[in-house]
Amino acid sequence: MYDALALMDAPAPSPLPPPRAIRTHGAGKRSGPGQVTTAKDMENTEWVSCIAAIRDARDEAAFARLFGHFAPRIKAFLMRSGADATLAEECAQEVMATLWQKAHLFDPTRASAATWIFTIARNRRIDALRKQKRPEPEDLTWGIAPEPDQADVLALQQESDQLSAAIAALPEKQRVLIEKAYFSDLSHSEIAEQTGLPLGTIKSRIRLALDRLRHAMK
Amino acid sequence: MTNMIQHHLTDALMMAYSAGSLPEAFSLTVATHISMCDECRARLGAFDTVGGALLEGTDEVAMTRDSFAATMARIRAARPEVKPAPRRAGLLPAPLQDYIGGDLDAVRWRPVGMGVRQAILPTSKAATARLLYIPAGAAVPDHGHRGTELTLVLQGAFVDQVSRFGPGDIEIVNEDLNHTPVADIGADCICLAATDAPLRFRALMPRLAQPFLRI
Repeated sequence: MYDALALMDAPAPSPLPPPRAIRTHGAGKRSGPGQVTTAKDMENTEWVSCIAAIRDARDEAAFARLFGHFAPRIKAFLMRSGADATLAEECAQEVMATLWQKAHLFDPTRASAATWIFTIARNRRIDALRKQKRPEPEDLTWGIAPEPDQADVLALQQESDQLSAAIAALPEKQRVLIEKAYFSDLSHSEIAEQTGLPLGTIKSRIRLALDRLRHAMK
Repeated sequence: MTNMIQHHLTDALMMAYSAGSLPEAFSLTVATHISMCDECRARLGAFDTVGGALLEGTDEVAMTRDSFAATMARIRAARPEVKPAPRRAGLLPAPLQDYIGGDLDAVRWRPVGMGVRQAILPTSKAATARLLYIPAGAAVPDHGHRGTELTLVLQGAFVDQVSRFGPGDIEIVNEDLNHTPVADIGADCICLAATDAPLRFRALMPRLAQPFLRI
């Protein structure tokens, strides 16, 4: 995952500066004295612990905390995708129930809780609003190691946090289009119809936004 | 094999797959490529992380008052989860096997002329996914596209005006290109092709045949 953000683009000569030294170290060396752990990282690792508590102990209190944070966001996401309040409520409950049932499949070295929950909510949306299946890539893992390396977990959570900050820092015009692409269930051409912007403008703004994100993750 | 892949998914396709806005036939092709390509699998992780960050940053809409209790009731009422099917051995990646209902030997091929065979896979109507079997050295008739065509090589290789495409490579073609893919002489070529509009063949015969054969 460390290099994944740099790999958003297909391999191409990059004029960007070389990665910071920290990114070239092995995961185990990442928690040196220079490492800053932010409040957001703490929150991310707390969600990871909550999911582990559900997996290991069917911990309802941990589930309640996840529910309080994520369920209202999932509901908002589904309503922005075109679901009415009743359907969004029902789907958000189903997504949270799926989280409980699949807690053993969550791998905190590959995704933050928010990312994993996003993929569950997205799949539920495709099913509910489009009545389509969602073909998923073949899974490489043969089962997750019971205790992932904590340095790997922390590094992944920090990278997710860094990307969130980079998205928040995007110019408004670019951020709005990235949000539309993820939330609205519309293709670029459909976004063009809806916003009245030329398709070329939409494509170039999204490309610029991805370039900025890539740059921020170097 | 994964290091040999030269032609990858574009950012636009990757983002649309991550966002969930592709038609099913395109999603199937993307998922099959990612099953074969570690590099694009890693890129997908990055695009999903963008989705997670947006979810985290979105406004909240209050859940109904009894929603937590209702969710716990759903969990208690649910039947135990069926174990996911183990990864299947075989020539074809798992997402494709799901649509075929088996491996390569389970494909129900239909001849479409000049030795080329195809099998249409069951997806939603917004786009069509089909397997193509092109005998070594044979050509798929010269055709253009109204929309977008994705062609993923599963076995063998083909060459067209753009490049050579081997196992795992994906060609992404839009309406600007008329092309005549020719299978490599070395081996029969098997591809997964997805289109969001019917192909337009330039020669007379295939165009007449098109409505009947659903090429």
